[in-house]
Amino acid sequence: MAQQPVEMILLKQWAEHMGSSVWLMDAAGNLVYYNEPAEQILGLRFDEAGEINADQLAELFQTTYPDGSTVATDQLPVVVALTKRIPSHAELRIHNRMGETKDIEVTALPLVAADQRLLGTMAIFWETVG
Amino acid sequence: MRARLWGTRGSLARSGPATIRYGGDTACVQISSTTDDHIILDAGSGILALGENLIEPPERIDILLSHLHMDHIQGLGFFQPLYSPDVMVHIWGPASATEDIRTRLSRYLSPPLFPVRLRDLSGVELHDLPRGELEIGSIKITTDSISHPGHTFGFRLEENGGVLAYMSDHELGLGGAGLPNDPQWTSGYCIAEGADLLIHDAQYTDDEYAERIGWGHSTFKQAVEFAEMAEVRKMLTFHHDPSHSDAFLDEVTASLHSNTVEIAGGMVGGQFEVGA
Repeated sequence: MAQQPVEMILLKQWAEHMGSSVWLMDAAGNLVYYNEPAEQILGLRFDEAGEINADQLAELFQTTYPDGSTVATDQLPVVVALTKRIPSHAELRIHNRMGETKDIEVTALPLVAADQRLLGTMAIFWETVG
Repeated sequence: MRARLWGTRGSLARSGPATIRYGGDTACVQISSTTDDHIILDAGSGILALGENLIEPPERIDILLSHLHMDHIQGLGFFQPLYSPDVMVHIWGPASATEDIRTRLSRYLSPPLFPVRLRDLSGVELHDLPRGELEIGSIKITTDSISHPGHTFGFRLEENGGVLAYMSDHELGLGGAGLPNDPQWTSGYCIAEGADLLIHDAQYTDDEYAERIGWGHSTFKQAVEFAEMAEVRKMLTFHHDPSHSDAFLDEVTASLHSNTVEIAGGMVGGQFEVGA
Protein backbone atom coordinates (compact mmCIF):
# COMPACT_ATOMS: atom_id res chain seq x y z
CA MET A 1 0.00 0.00 0.00
CA ALA A 2 1.40 3.38 -0.97
CA GLN A 3 2.55 5.77 1.71
CA GLN A 4 0.37 8.81 2.27
CA PRO A 5 1.87 12.30 1.81
CA VAL A 6 3.41 13.66 4.99
CA GLU A 7 0.76 16.38 5.19
CA MET A 8 -1.93 13.68 5.42
CA ILE A 9 0.12 11.71 7.95
CA LEU A 10 0.46 14.75 10.19
CA LEU A 11 -3.25 15.55 9.84
CA LYS A 12 -4.19 12.01 10.81
CA GLN A 13 -1.98 12.22 13.88
CA TRP A 14 -3.60 15.52 14.78
CA ALA A 15 -7.10 14.13 14.20
CA GLU A 16 -6.41 11.19 16.49
CA HIS A 17 -6.05 13.69 19.33
CA MET A 18 -9.16 15.70 18.51
CA GLY A 19 -12.59 15.56 20.09
CA SER A 20 -14.11 16.97 16.90
CA SER A 21 -15.14 14.59 14.16
CA VAL A 22 -12.59 14.65 11.37
CA TRP A 23 -12.28 12.76 8.14
CA LEU A 24 -9.64 12.81 5.46
CA MET A 25 -10.13 12.12 1.77
CA ASP A 26 -7.36 11.80 -0.78
CA ALA A 27 -7.30 13.63 -4.09
CA ALA A 28 -9.14 10.78 -5.79
CA GLY A 29 -12.04 11.08 -3.35
CA ASN A 30 -11.23 8.00 -1.31
CA LEU A 31 -11.99 8.24 2.40
CA VAL A 32 -8.60 7.30 3.85
CA TYR A 33 -9.23 8.03 7.53
CA TYR A 34 -11.76 9.20 10.07
CA ASN A 35 -11.30 9.52 13.82
CA GLU A 36 -13.16 8.10 16.79
CA PRO A 37 -15.66 10.98 17.23
CA ALA A 38 -16.55 10.57 13.54
CA GLU A 39 -17.14 6.87 14.11
CA GLN A 40 -19.90 7.78 16.57
CA ILE A 41 -21.72 9.76 13.91
CA LEU A 42 -21.07 7.43 11.00
CA GLY A 43 -21.90 4.33 13.02
CA LEU A 44 -18.93 2.38 11.74
CA ARG A 45 -15.46 1.95 13.18
CA PHE A 46 -12.75 2.92 10.75
CA ASP A 47 -10.81 -0.23 11.58
CA GLU A 48 -13.80 -2.22 10.32
CA ALA A 49 -14.45 -0.06 7.29
CA GLY A 50 -10.87 0.44 6.16
CA GLU A 51 -10.17 2.77 3.29
CA ILE A 52 -13.40 3.48 1.43
CA ASN A 53 -13.31 4.36 -2.23
CA ALA A 54 -15.47 7.07 -3.71
CA ASP A 55 -18.00 4.61 -5.17
CA GLN A 56 -18.54 2.81 -1.87
CA LEU A 57 -19.12 6.00 0.13
CA ALA A 58 -22.66 6.57 -1.07
CA GLU A 59 -23.59 3.00 -0.15
CA LEU A 60 -22.20 3.25 3.37
CA PHE A 61 -23.57 6.63 4.36
CA GLN A 62 -26.75 7.97 2.81
CA THR A 63 -26.85 11.75 2.94
CA THR A 64 -29.77 14.13 2.53
CA TYR A 65 -30.59 17.67 3.55
CA PRO A 66 -32.21 17.93 7.01
CA ASP A 67 -35.64 18.22 5.40
CA GLY A 68 -35.07 14.89 3.66
CA SER A 69 -34.51 16.27 0.19
CA THR A 70 -31.78 14.85 -1.99
CA VAL A 71 -28.30 16.32 -2.02
CA ALA A 72 -26.69 16.37 -5.43
CA THR A 73 -23.26 14.76 -5.22
CA ASP A 74 -21.55 17.85 -6.56
CA GLN A 75 -23.08 19.88 -3.70
CA LEU A 76 -21.54 17.80 -0.92
CA PRO A 77 -18.95 19.92 0.93
CA VAL A 78 -16.18 17.37 0.43
CA VAL A 79 -16.87 17.23 -3.29
CA VAL A 80 -16.96 21.01 -3.58
CA ALA A 81 -13.65 21.25 -1.69
CA LEU A 82 -12.06 18.67 -3.96
CA THR A 83 -13.37 19.86 -7.28
CA LYS A 84 -13.37 23.62 -6.78
CA ARG A 85 -10.55 23.89 -4.24
CA ILE A 86 -12.63 26.11 -1.99
CA PRO A 87 -13.98 25.63 1.55
CA SER A 88 -17.56 24.47 1.71
CA HIS A 89 -20.13 24.19 4.48
CA ALA A 90 -23.54 22.54 4.67
CA GLU A 91 -26.19 21.28 7.05
CA LEU A 92 -26.88 17.64 6.26
CA ARG A 93 -28.60 14.54 7.56
CA ILE A 94 -26.73 11.24 7.63
CA HIS A 95 -28.41 7.87 7.70
CA ASN A 96 -25.67 5.75 9.13
CA ARG A 97 -24.78 2.07 9.18
CA MET A 98 -26.43 1.57 12.58
CA GLY A 99 -29.76 2.71 11.18
CA GLU A 100 -29.52 6.00 13.03
CA THR A 101 -30.29 9.42 11.62
CA LYS A 102 -27.91 12.21 12.56
CA ASP A 103 -28.25 15.89 11.69
CA ILE A 104 -24.84 17.38 11.23
CA GLU A 105 -23.02 20.45 10.02
CA VAL A 106 -19.99 19.84 7.84
CA THR A 107 -17.14 22.10 6.84
CA ALA A 108 -14.72 20.76 4.25
CA LEU A 109 -11.39 22.31 3.36
CA PRO A 110 -9.23 21.57 0.34
CA LEU A 111 -5.74 20.35 1.27
CA VAL A 112 -3.19 22.00 -0.97
CA ALA A 113 0.52 21.28 -0.56
CA ALA A 114 3.24 23.93 -0.66
CA ASP A 115 3.87 23.04 -4.29
CA GLN A 116 0.15 23.59 -5.00
CA ARG A 117 -0.67 19.91 -5.51
CA LEU A 118 -4.15 18.99 -4.33
CA LEU A 119 -3.73 16.33 -1.66
CA GLY A 120 -7.38 15.83 -0.79
CA THR A 121 -9.84 17.33 1.62
CA MET A 122 -10.39 17.44 5.36
CA ALA A 123 -13.94 17.57 6.68
CA ILE A 124 -14.81 18.55 10.23
CA PHE A 125 -18.34 17.86 11.30
CA TRP A 126 -20.46 17.97 14.38
CA GLU A 127 -23.89 16.78 15.33
CA THR A 128 -26.54 19.48 15.63
CA VAL A 129 -29.13 19.32 18.35
CA GLY A 130 -32.71 20.45 18.01
CA MET B 1 27.81 4.85 -5.75
CA ARG B 2 29.95 5.67 -2.77
CA ALA B 3 28.91 7.65 0.30
CA ARG B 4 31.30 9.40 2.63
CA LEU B 5 30.28 11.09 5.85
CA TRP B 6 31.81 14.52 6.43
CA GLY B 7 29.40 15.71 9.10
CA THR B 8 27.20 13.62 11.37
CA ARG B 9 26.34 15.95 14.26
CA GLY B 10 22.92 17.49 14.66
CA SER B 11 21.75 20.92 15.72
CA LEU B 12 25.13 22.44 16.57
CA ALA B 13 28.74 21.63 15.75
CA ARG B 14 30.63 20.32 18.75
CA SER B 15 34.39 20.01 18.60
CA GLY B 16 36.56 18.52 21.30
CA PRO B 17 38.06 15.28 22.51
CA ALA B 18 34.66 13.74 23.28
CA THR B 19 33.39 13.96 19.70
CA ILE B 20 36.42 12.95 17.65
CA ARG B 21 35.29 9.55 16.35
CA TYR B 22 31.61 10.21 15.59
CA GLY B 23 32.52 13.73 14.57
CA GLY B 24 31.63 17.22 15.66
CA ASP B 25 30.70 18.74 12.31
CA THR B 26 27.08 19.07 11.25
CA ALA B 27 25.32 17.23 8.44
CA CYS B 28 27.18 16.66 5.20
CA VAL B 29 27.38 13.49 3.09
CA GLN B 30 29.32 13.18 -0.15
CA ILE B 31 27.95 10.92 -2.87
CA SER B 32 30.18 9.87 -5.76
CA SER B 33 28.58 8.03 -8.64
CA THR B 34 30.20 5.41 -10.82
CA THR B 35 30.20 7.97 -13.65
CA ASP B 36 31.99 10.59 -11.56
CA ASP B 37 28.99 12.73 -10.63
CA HIS B 38 29.49 14.71 -7.42
CA ILE B 39 26.50 15.12 -5.16
CA ILE B 40 26.53 16.53 -1.63
CA LEU B 41 23.69 15.99 0.77
CA ASP B 42 23.39 19.03 3.06
CA ALA B 43 25.89 21.77 3.68
CA GLY B 44 26.53 21.64 7.40
CA SER B 45 29.94 22.51 8.80
CA GLY B 46 31.30 19.22 7.45
CA ILE B 47 31.30 20.64 3.94
CA LEU B 48 34.35 22.77 4.79
CA ALA B 49 36.63 19.74 5.03
CA LEU B 50 34.96 18.17 2.01
CA GLY B 51 35.79 21.22 -0.09
CA GLU B 52 39.36 21.26 1.15
CA ASN B 53 39.78 17.64 0.17
CA LEU B 54 38.63 18.02 -3.42
CA ILE B 55 42.11 17.80 -4.94
CA GLU B 56 40.82 18.31 -8.45
CA PRO B 57 37.42 19.97 -8.17
CA PRO B 58 35.01 18.71 -10.81
CA GLU B 59 33.35 21.05 -13.27
CA ARG B 60 29.97 20.43 -11.69
CA ILE B 61 28.88 19.80 -8.12
CA ASP B 62 25.26 19.35 -7.01
CA ILE B 63 24.35 20.18 -3.42
CA LEU B 64 20.98 18.93 -2.20
CA LEU B 65 19.70 20.70 0.90
CA SER B 66 17.19 18.65 2.83
CA HIS B 67 15.97 21.81 4.57
CA LEU B 68 17.24 25.19 5.63
CA HIS B 69 17.89 24.85 9.35
CA MET B 70 21.25 26.37 10.21
CA ASP B 71 23.04 23.09 10.91
CA HIS B 72 22.36 22.09 7.28
CA ILE B 73 23.47 25.29 5.55
CA GLN B 74 26.00 26.89 7.86
CA GLY B 75 28.96 25.46 5.94
CA LEU B 76 27.75 26.63 2.55
CA GLY B 77 29.54 29.96 2.52
CA PHE B 78 32.79 28.22 3.42
CA PHE B 79 32.70 25.70 0.56
CA GLN B 80 35.67 26.70 -1.56
CA PRO B 81 34.29 25.57 -4.96
CA LEU B 82 31.64 28.31 -4.64
CA TYR B 83 34.42 30.80 -5.30
CA SER B 84 36.15 28.88 -8.08
CA PRO B 85 35.62 30.15 -11.64
CA ASP B 86 36.11 26.62 -12.94
CA VAL B 87 33.29 24.98 -11.00
CA MET B 88 29.54 25.32 -11.41
CA VAL B 89 27.75 24.53 -8.18
CA HIS B 90 24.09 23.66 -8.45
CA ILE B 91 22.24 24.10 -5.17
CA TRP B 92 18.90 22.36 -4.84
CA GLY B 93 16.67 23.13 -1.88
CA PRO B 94 13.06 23.34 -0.80
CA ALA B 95 11.02 26.36 -1.75
CA SER B 96 8.26 27.39 0.62
CA ALA B 97 4.66 27.99 -0.38
CA THR B 98 5.51 31.61 -1.15
CA GLU B 99 9.29 31.92 -1.60
CA ASP B 100 11.77 30.22 -3.90
CA ILE B 101 15.04 28.73 -2.69
CA ARG B 102 17.05 31.79 -3.73
CA THR B 103 14.96 34.10 -1.60
CA ARG B 104 15.05 31.75 1.36
CA LEU B 105 18.76 31.03 1.18
CA SER B 106 19.64 34.68 0.65
CA ARG B 107 18.51 35.38 4.18
CA TYR B 108 21.61 33.56 5.38
CA LEU B 109 24.02 34.36 2.53
CA SER B 110 23.78 38.12 2.91
CA PRO B 111 24.76 40.74 5.51
CA PRO B 112 24.53 40.92 8.44
CA LEU B 113 24.73 37.13 8.79
CA PHE B 114 27.35 36.59 6.06
CA PRO B 115 29.66 39.04 4.27
CA VAL B 116 29.21 37.59 0.76
CA ARG B 117 25.88 37.85 -0.97
CA LEU B 118 24.45 34.84 -2.75
CA ARG B 119 23.79 36.97 -5.83
CA ASP B 120 27.51 37.78 -6.10
CA LEU B 121 28.49 34.14 -6.54
CA SER B 122 28.67 33.76 -10.29
CA GLY B 123 29.32 30.02 -10.30
CA VAL B 124 26.15 29.10 -8.46
CA GLU B 125 22.85 28.02 -9.91
CA LEU B 126 19.86 27.58 -7.63
CA HIS B 127 16.98 25.18 -8.17
CA ASP B 128 13.76 24.70 -6.27
CA LEU B 129 13.90 21.06 -5.32
CA PRO B 130 10.96 19.23 -6.87
CA ARG B 131 8.92 16.75 -4.91
CA GLY B 132 9.24 13.64 -6.99
CA GLU B 133 12.09 12.50 -9.17
CA LEU B 134 15.13 14.04 -10.76
CA GLU B 135 18.30 12.66 -12.28
CA ILE B 136 21.80 13.92 -11.71
CA GLY B 137 24.21 12.07 -13.94
CA SER B 138 23.72 8.38 -13.43
CA ILE B 139 21.89 8.76 -10.12
CA LYS B 140 18.12 8.81 -9.91
CA ILE B 141 16.93 10.81 -6.94
CA THR B 142 13.48 10.59 -5.41
CA THR B 143 12.49 13.31 -2.96
CA ASP B 144 9.56 13.48 -0.60
CA SER B 145 8.52 15.72 2.24
CA ILE B 146 9.05 14.19 5.66
CA SER B 147 8.00 15.03 9.19
CA HIS B 148 10.24 17.80 10.54
CA PRO B 149 9.47 21.44 11.38
CA GLY B 150 9.65 23.53 8.22
CA HIS B 151 9.66 22.12 4.74
CA THR B 152 12.04 19.14 4.83
CA PHE B 153 12.92 16.52 2.24
CA GLY B 154 14.13 12.96 2.48
CA PHE B 155 16.25 11.66 -0.39
CA ARG B 156 16.35 8.28 -2.07
CA LEU B 157 19.33 7.81 -4.39
CA GLU B 158 19.47 4.90 -6.81
CA GLU B 159 22.22 3.73 -9.10
CA ASN B 160 22.97 0.30 -10.58
CA GLY B 161 20.44 -1.41 -8.35
CA GLY B 162 21.78 0.13 -5.16
CA VAL B 163 19.61 2.37 -2.96
CA LEU B 164 20.76 4.91 -0.40
CA ALA B 165 18.13 6.67 1.70
CA TYR B 166 18.92 9.85 3.61
CA MET B 167 16.71 11.36 6.29
CA SER B 168 18.95 13.35 8.56
CA ASP B 169 16.14 15.13 10.40
CA HIS B 170 12.98 13.14 10.79
CA GLU B 171 10.49 12.85 13.64
CA LEU B 172 8.86 9.44 13.37
CA GLY B 173 7.01 9.50 16.67
CA LEU B 174 5.11 12.75 16.44
CA GLY B 175 1.52 12.25 17.39
CA GLY B 176 1.42 8.99 19.25
CA ALA B 177 3.06 6.18 21.12
CA GLY B 178 4.14 3.11 19.25
CA LEU B 179 5.05 4.90 16.04
CA PRO B 180 6.26 3.90 13.50
CA ASN B 181 3.69 1.17 13.10
CA ASP B 182 2.11 1.27 9.64
CA PRO B 183 3.91 1.89 6.33
CA GLN B 184 0.97 3.72 4.79
CA TRP B 185 0.92 6.22 7.65
CA THR B 186 4.63 6.52 8.34
CA SER B 187 6.50 9.55 7.07
CA GLY B 188 9.52 8.63 4.95
CA TYR B 189 8.55 5.03 4.29
CA CYS B 190 8.59 5.42 0.52
CA ILE B 191 12.06 6.95 0.72
CA ALA B 192 13.52 4.15 2.83
CA GLU B 193 11.70 1.08 1.52
CA GLY B 194 14.18 -1.68 0.74
CA ALA B 195 17.24 0.58 0.88
CA ASP B 196 20.70 -0.91 1.05
CA LEU B 197 21.85 1.91 3.29
CA LEU B 198 19.66 4.18 5.38
CA ILE B 199 21.20 7.25 7.01
CA HIS B 200 18.64 8.26 9.62
CA ASP B 201 18.07 10.68 12.44
CA ALA B 202 18.65 9.05 15.84
CA GLN B 203 19.22 12.04 18.06
CA TYR B 204 17.55 11.08 21.30
CA THR B 205 17.18 8.43 23.93
CA ASP B 206 13.59 7.63 24.90
CA ASP B 207 13.89 9.81 28.01
CA GLU B 208 15.30 12.74 26.07
CA TYR B 209 12.56 12.50 23.46
CA ALA B 210 9.87 12.72 26.11
CA GLU B 211 11.09 16.26 26.81
CA ARG B 212 11.57 17.19 23.14
CA ILE B 213 8.43 16.07 21.34
CA GLY B 214 7.83 18.21 18.28
CA TRP B 215 11.44 19.29 17.92
CA GLY B 216 11.71 17.20 14.76
CA HIS B 217 13.88 14.24 15.67
CA SER B 218 13.69 10.53 16.37
CA THR B 219 14.96 8.21 19.05
CA PHE B 220 17.47 5.44 18.53
CA LYS B 221 14.71 2.93 19.10
CA GLN B 222 12.32 4.53 16.60
CA ALA B 223 15.06 4.63 13.97
CA VAL B 224 15.68 0.90 14.38
CA GLU B 225 11.97 0.09 14.25
CA PHE B 226 11.58 2.22 11.14
CA ALA B 227 14.54 0.53 9.45
CA GLU B 228 13.05 -2.88 10.23
CA MET B 229 9.63 -1.88 8.92
CA ALA B 230 11.16 -0.51 5.73
CA GLU B 231 13.26 -3.67 5.37
CA VAL B 232 16.51 -1.83 4.84
CA ARG B 233 19.78 -3.74 4.86
CA LYS B 234 21.92 -1.38 6.92
CA MET B 235 21.19 1.71 8.97
CA LEU B 236 23.54 4.40 10.20
CA THR B 237 22.46 6.52 13.14
CA PHE B 238 22.88 10.19 12.29
CA HIS B 239 22.30 13.72 13.56
CA HIS B 240 23.98 12.97 16.86
CA ASP B 241 22.93 15.22 19.69
CA PRO B 242 25.63 17.78 20.58
CA SER B 243 25.56 16.53 24.18
CA HIS B 244 26.29 12.92 23.21
CA SER B 245 29.94 11.94 23.54
CA ASP B 246 31.70 9.20 21.61
CA ALA B 247 31.61 7.00 24.69
CA PHE B 248 27.88 7.54 25.12
CA LEU B 249 27.17 6.83 21.45
CA ASP B 250 29.29 3.67 21.62
CA GLU B 251 27.21 2.49 24.54
CA VAL B 252 23.85 3.27 22.98
CA THR B 253 24.76 1.88 19.57
CA ALA B 254 25.93 -1.37 21.15
CA SER B 255 22.57 -1.70 22.88
CA LEU B 256 20.60 -1.51 19.61
CA HIS B 257 19.52 -4.89 18.29
CA SER B 258 17.76 -6.04 15.18
CA ASN B 259 17.36 -9.45 13.63
CA THR B 260 17.02 -8.02 10.15
CA VAL B 261 18.94 -4.75 9.95
CA GLU B 262 22.67 -4.16 10.38
CA ILE B 263 23.01 -1.14 12.65
CA ALA B 264 26.01 1.12 13.07
CA GLY B 265 26.73 4.56 14.41
CA GLY B 266 27.38 7.15 11.72
CA MET B 267 30.98 8.27 12.17
CA VAL B 268 32.76 11.07 10.38
CA GLY B 269 34.99 9.68 7.64
CA GLY B 270 32.87 6.57 7.22
CA GLN B 271 32.68 5.37 3.61
CA PHE B 272 30.14 3.00 2.14
CA GLU B 273 29.72 1.37 -1.23
CA VAL B 274 26.08 1.08 -2.29
CA GLY B 275 25.10 -1.03 -5.28
CA ALA B 276 27.28 -2.52 -7.95
